[in-house]
This record gives sequence, structure tokens and C-alpha cells, in this order.
Amino acid sequence: MPDPNQAVSVSRRSFLGGAGVAAGSAVLLRDAHSAVAADADAPAIAGPGAVSLSLTVNGVARAVNVEPRTTLAEVLRGALDLTGTKIGCDRGACSACTVWLDGAPVAACMLLAVDVGTRAVTTIEGLAQGDTLHPVQAAFIEHDAMQCGYCTPGLVMSCAALLQRNPQPTPADVQAAISGHLCRCGSYPHVLEAMQAASQPRKA
Amino acid sequence: MAEDAMRMEKFPFGIASVGVGEIERRIPADEPPPLPVNSALRVIGKPVPRQDARAKVTGAMRFTVDVKLPNMLDARILRSPLPHARVQAIDPAAAARHPGVRAVLVIAPPDAILRYVGAPVAAVAATTPTAADAALRLIRVDYAPLPFVVDPDAARRPDAPLVYQAGEQPSLSIAEIPVTTGLAVAGNVRGPETQGSRGDIAPGFTQAEIVVEGDYRTQTQTHCCMEPHAIVADWRTDGLTVWMSTQATAGVRKELADSFGLKLSQVRVKVAAMGGGFGSKSSLGTYGRYAVMLSRQAHAPVRLVFDRAEEQLDSGNRPATWQHLRIGARRDGTLTAISLVEYGSAGVGVGAGVGNFAQGLYTCPNFAAAQHDVFINAGRGSAMRGPGNTPGAFAMEQAIDELADKLGIDPLVLRERIDPNPVRREERRLGAQRIGWDRRHKPGADAGPVKRGLGVAQSLWGANVQSNAACEVRLLRDGSVEVLSSVQDLGTGIGTILAQVVAEELGLRPEDITLRIGDTDFPAGPPSHGSRTTASITPPARTAAWKVKQMLFRQVAPVLGVAPDQLVARDGRIAVREDAARSMSLRDAAAGLRTEQLSATEARSDDYGGFRRRIGDANAAENDIGGVQFAAVSVDTETGAIRVERVVAVQDCGRPMNPKLIESQVQGGVLMGIGYALLEARVIDQNTGHVMNANLEQYKLAGPHETPPIEVVLLENYQGESATDAYGIAEPSNIATAPAIANAVFNALGVRLRALPMTPAAVLAALNPVPQRS
Repeated sequence: MPDPNQAVSVSRRSFLGGAGVAAGSAVLLRDAHSAVAADADAPAIAGPGAVSLSLTVNGVARAVNVEPRTTLAEVLRGALDLTGTKIGCDRGACSACTVWLDGAPVAACMLLAVDVGTRAVTTIEGLAQGDTLHPVQAAFIEHDAMQCGYCTPGLVMSCAALLQRNPQPTPADVQAAISGHLCRCGSYPHVLEAMQAASQPRKA
Repeated sequence: MAEDAMRMEKFPFGIASVGVGEIERRIPADEPPPLPVNSALRVIGKPVPRQDARAKVTGAMRFTVDVKLPNMLDARILRSPLPHARVQAIDPAAAARHPGVRAVLVIAPPDAILRYVGAPVAAVAATTPTAADAALRLIRVDYAPLPFVVDPDAARRPDAPLVYQAGEQPSLSIAEIPVTTGLAVAGNVRGPETQGSRGDIAPGFTQAEIVVEGDYRTQTQTHCCMEPHAIVADWRTDGLTVWMSTQATAGVRKELADSFGLKLSQVRVKVAAMGGGFGSKSSLGTYGRYAVMLSRQAHAPVRLVFDRAEEQLDSGNRPATWQHLRIGARRDGTLTAISLVEYGSAGVGVGAGVGNFAQGLYTCPNFAAAQHDVFINAGRGSAMRGPGNTPGAFAMEQAIDELADKLGIDPLVLRERIDPNPVRREERRLGAQRIGWDRRHKPGADAGPVKRGLGVAQSLWGANVQSNAACEVRLLRDGSVEVLSSVQDLGTGIGTILAQVVAEELGLRPEDITLRIGDTDFPAGPPSHGSRTTASITPPARTAAWKVKQMLFRQVAPVLGVAPDQLVARDGRIAVREDAARSMSLRDAAAGLRTEQLSATEARSDDYGGFRRRIGDANAAENDIGGVQFAAVSVDTETGAIRVERVVAVQDCGRPMNPKLIESQVQGGVLMGIGYALLEARVIDQNTGHVMNANLEQYKLAGPHETPPIEVVLLENYQGESATDAYGIAEPSNIATAPAIANAVFNALGVRLRALPMTPAAVLAALNPVPQRS
């Protein structure tokens, strides 16, 4: 088990770093446009041919060449071979594709790769510290918070983000944080159990 | 050893919470000794973590949609925009010329009839999915629209447009559900199917002192697997390899061999991780064939992955039903007659009956069924979690509840009188205690606009077994152990359970066992439908492990200076039973093997006791998997919203192999039942024939906010029927939920909702019926 205090300090940094963009995806997209324009001095219209991008994914700069219509989910799963990010509906209805953008969970199928800009992308592959699982991952295993496992990476990313911003969530907080996630196997009861275990005990 | 050599053995027998005795069974002489009850075991029956859990939480698990091969192409399917049409002309030339396109397949040639929106018309394989999509738009199709019907009631009218013209035959193939052939077809109606009828209902109803009668409707539900239907086909001159998101690797292999004129030995089917099936991935399907044909044409591997709309339109569904139930009874509750008339619609397919539920659950001498398929211009139905019995239970369990209400008998007391099954008797007792049944009040007793209620419903599902199921166990020279079978893990955790079984037998930890499953290069396992996987594959796994152990004991016995039958395997060691000090580690024992490995491959034996279970036995009441569910609901009479506040699910699965995994699966079954009860419905526009909610935002699934506390109470039920005595759990857990909720709603309101889903609008309409104009 990793030191839970360490998770707090990480969470605080990530939270502060991502605070400005946490309000919603509409804001994210506008920010991303200006970031791309400023960084690359790109023309107003990109494409339809492939464009070169540099994405920071799990702390590593990755160069990719993609058509502007390509979503972040497609780039992650395709060119970058990070297939832990799953596509369930491809239109933001199931949250299987949830990744972090500067620490905040977003649906990677609803975000064009060209709009990511300089923001740091964290995928399920980047959540554990080496062989040390994130407490949410460990709790999911312990409480069997999965069956087929297809929606699990997305659920883990949303649950881990919740713990970064709220180390002591109530069951209602967890329900709200995962409310966009569809799990046809019905793992929600065990997800709630796992999150109770992964939460830090409240200090008296 | 002679094939008919048998021996007698004493097995634990009975329900743990009632009392376990013994039963003597005649079993094949080469089967392992009886397994004691779970409390005497070290690994089986324990909440062992899922073997692939780490891979699943780190994103390392590879599903079929994640398979990548060199030069792999992506395929897309052009689908019918019309509910009923004749193809006049189709020209794929421009698509074939599109950059990146490597193969084009015309599925519906001129004169082909397309019978539903989403029916496949053509397919393209290209170097990228976007190139394939672009090419689909270049295929010119000239459709001649035909009259159509999408409403099952309208389809039964004599003047309804015909889905099949006289002489055209619907496909009768449907995985898992046995389909009766030779039934009459009149208009769009096929049937009646009268199987299971017994006695004579006319005198039965004459003897009745009370009759309850009602119409029940259930909707079309879709599977909504989170991993879409997916296949990667790699056709080569020396054979065909297929990765598929499938519930039946061995079955798909046979279908492929039959379809393409190959030997079984030339076909390999693999599935690593499987993102849900629920009945919809039981067979190769037509799409599987298209992927193989495109690969053969393009000389390259082809990946075909459905998008979410395709999932909703053309991957199967639970057929809608209309059921008219009539039940006659004496004042004491004794049933005298049951009449079931059912019309169901599996779209253009068959198999929309409601199974053996009304027929098999309760003691009643007279039963008559007339079940029908009604064809409509919509996607083909398929097996879905408890097919038949789930819609059947919604009607029957409400009718029994209504009978209890009319007779003034508690619903549990009535079931004591008419359900002889000892498993459900104990389940009713345990569940009533847990939910607090004695606090149940009369309908509408709450003051204020929010009414609360308690309801109960029972389930029946066959204790299904596939005897054609094999498993190999290997002990290698370094002491490592492999278990090999083509059996697939849909997310149920069967891999973990196999590791538990083998570890128990060899005295190891489950994490010591390496799983090699989901690949037809290994001994053929069972398909995973009908909740038969655990019952079919765990016995041969144990038998194979036991035989490997016997081989090892024979080699080790001289070293330890005792006879082989004096040895036991425990805690990673081989020890003398009466003298634990004389032992050696399994690793050292394996190092001294004469060969590189010891291996045994075993097939599932017939059930012990001289009888054999078969899929589809008509009267399953004696040998079923019993379940009882209790629901507590609140209903807001101002908004019509039903809230499920708590569910207690009491379930039998023989010997529970892994209570944690079983709990997960039962909770999932209950949650799917809550969606069925309150939220889910495929909606087709009558004017266009289009599905209006072919997506996951308007097709509503139960999510975290609809998830109540779901308490799972597991029976330990020993019957001495196989080397593990274990049965499946997937489907039984889904059957009783919707009627339990409906009965709780009646208890809350005093008004019965006989149609699914029970939406707020339906609740308000039931509370405030609009007067019919005379």
C-alpha cells in the first residue's frame, strides 16, 4: 500500500494545477484552441490533411501526426497504443474513455487531439507509480469492483480524480463523481465499497 | 479401465443453513473422491481476488477491440436506411476505387429483401476506419421501399404488411434457445407453440374458486455490452485465426469451419478479455462471416468493430412480449389451472416465447400454453440473460401476488403452499428475515405523497450443464502449473475459479496457477450461455488436477518411502498423511520427474447419480437453480417516480466457488433487472421504422444513482452431482428483480403496473386513469 499522505500531496498539486480548467469541457476547448494557436503559431484552419502535434501523455512528450478530426481517444488507442482508454459509445455518453487533462477527468472521445494543446494528459496506464498501484486501483482489486473490466479504467480515473480533490468523499460524492459512467455488469455497489476503503479516514 | 467401471461414494448433501447430511452416489470409478463442504476447504469457496484484476485496473488487459496486427484493415458495414425494401441495384465500384480500400463485399445483391433498419447491405475493408466510412458513402444503392410494420400489435392484424411473404422462411437459428420447427405461420404470426401443456385446463378452471386474469407487457431490451461486438479475422493459406469478443470460442470455431469449408484444425479462435455478452455474443453471427470474407479477399487481417448504433440495431435484443395469464385456484391457494397465451416479437427472428416459467414454477395439474412469434420489421432478437423466463416471471409472479392479495393470504405463505422446492423455501425464510418482511403493511398505508412497499418474487432457471467440455492441467518440471481450456471469461471470473479448483487439489495458492484459456488451441471448453460455464468446466478441471496429482504421487511415493495413497498435497508440499514431518516441496517433487511435465486432459462426466442434465428439459422444477428476491421501493405519487431503496437477493448456485465474484454477478443481475423494470426500452418510430434511441444517452441504463443497496445472500447447497457440485449464477440473478419491484409497487400503491418499463408516466396513468369515452 502506498503512503496515503503522498497521494494527498499529489492530489493537491494536481488539483491546483487543474483548477483553472475544471469548470467544464466547453471552457477546456476554448483554452485549448488559444493554447495551440499561441504555441505553434498555427494557421486558423488546420487540415483536412494530417497535422503534427506534440502531446504530453503520462509525463512524456509524444509526437503524433493526425487528421484534425481525430479525437484524443483515437490517438491514445491508435498511434500511441495506450489501449487502456476504452471507447464504449464514442459520443460522451458512457465515460469508458475517461482520462485526465491537467488532473481533471474528461471524455477523451469528445475532445479533438488538436485541442489538447499543452495540457498534460494522464491515462490509466499512467496512474500507478511504477509497480505501486494507486490506492483506488488497489481498492478496486480488493473489493472486486469490476467484472468484464471494460469500463473499469474510466471508472478508476474518475474515482482517483475524486480522491485528489476530496480525500474523504461520502457515498453520495462517489455516486455523483461516477454518475456518467455506464457499467453494464453492474459493478457500482463494489465501486462504492472500494471507494469507502480507499478514502482516508476523517480526522477527529 | 472399463468405461462402465463405477464405485459408490458418500457426498455432502443438503443446504448448509438447514443442515448437511450425506448421500451415496454411484460415480465413474476414475472420478476424484468427494469434495467436502466449503468450510473444510482452503481455496474453494473463499473470496479469492480476480486473477486478471490487476490487468483490468491498470489498462493492461487486451480486449478484441485492442488487437492490432501488422497490415490490419478496418471494416465497416453499410446498413439499410429503410425498415423494408427491395434492393433494385447496388454499385460498389466507386467505393472500391476509394483510396485505402482493399476489399468490398456486397451483402444484399439486387432483389435482396432488407427487413429492418440496420440490416447489412455491404461491407468495406480499408487501411483506416475513416477511409472505410468514406467508401461506404460511395456505394450507390437503389432501394424500392416496401410496406412495413414495427408494432407487434399492428403486425397481428390480418391486413398488416407481411414481414415474410408466403414461402419465405425466417432463419430458425438462435443460439441457446431451443426453437421448435414446423410451426404454422399465418400472416406475421408463427405458432402456437404448446409445448409443456399438461392436464386439462377446462375442468381445472371449473374446480377453481377464484380466478385471476391479466394482460402483461414487456418491452424490447438491448444487451448494451460495453465492449461492442468485435472480430479480427486473419485468413491465410494455411488456416484462419480469429480474435472475437465471443461467449463461445469452440462454437465459433465450428461455425467458421462449416461456413468456409475448413477443417476444425485449420481454424483457431481466441478471446483474451471479453467486455460483456449477456447472450448477444453466443455465435459467429453474420458480421463474423463478413470479416472473414473481407480478410480472404484483401489477403490481410480485418478488424470489424460495431459502433453503438449498430449495437442497438443489429446485435440482438430481448424480445418484447404480450402475455395473457389466467390462473384458477381454490380458497386455500391450491392452483387448479394455468392458461398462458403469449405473443412475443423477436423482430425478424424467432424465439420470443417466455420459457418454462409459468409452466414449471408451481404445482398445478393443469397447464396450457399457446406461445407465438410475431414478426415485425426490426432487428433480430437473441438470448438475453434469462431469456424467456425473465419476461415470463414479470407476468407470473405478479399474477401469483395478485392471487395472494385476492385470497387475503400473505404472498410468502401462498408460495409455501404451492412451491414444493426446498431451496426456495429456505431462500424465502432467509430473505424475509433480512428484508424485514414482518414490517410489510397494507397497500397505500403511508401518509403523505410518498408511498413505500415491499415485494417478493421467485426465479427458476435450469441447472444447465454441457458435458462436451474439456480441460487440461499440466505440472511442469519447475513446479509451475498450467490450466488450459478454450473456455472464455466474460467477466464472470471463471478463470479465477479454475485456478481455485486446481490450487485446492494440488495444495497450492490460486496465484500459483497459470491460466491459459480463451483459445481453441486448448481443449474445447463449454460455451458461456445458459449459465452453464461453472457447472461444465470446473469438474473436469478438478478431475484433471487430481489425476496429475496421482501421477506425481506415484513418482514421489518411493522417495518418501510410503504408498502413493498415503500422500497428500498441502501448502505447496507433498506430505505423508499420517506423518507431516516426512514431506518434500512440490517444486522438488516436480524437479525429480522422469518427464518434463505431467499432464491430464479430462472431459466433463455425466452428472453423478445416474442421470444427466440436458439443456431444455421441459419440466425443470425439480432440478432448477432457485432464487428469491425481495425489493423495497418508494413511489412518489406526485411525480410518479419509483425508487428502489433496497434489494435482498437470495440465490442458490450449488456449491458457491467464490462468494466475492458471485456477489458481483448477482448485484449485476439485479441492476440489469432494475433497468428492465424502470428504465430500458427500445423505441421504434411507427412512421419511419427507425429506432429512436439507438444510443446510450436515450436508451437509459440504471446507473450509480439508481443503484440501491443490493444484499446478496448465498445458499450453500450440496447435491453431490459432480466433482465440484457447482452451478452458474448469471441468469438466475436477473429473473426475479422486475416482478419483485412490481409487487413492491403494488404494495406501496394498491395499484398494479402490468407493463414494462414502469415509468413515472405509467405510474401517474395507473393512479389517475383517464376515463374511456363511451
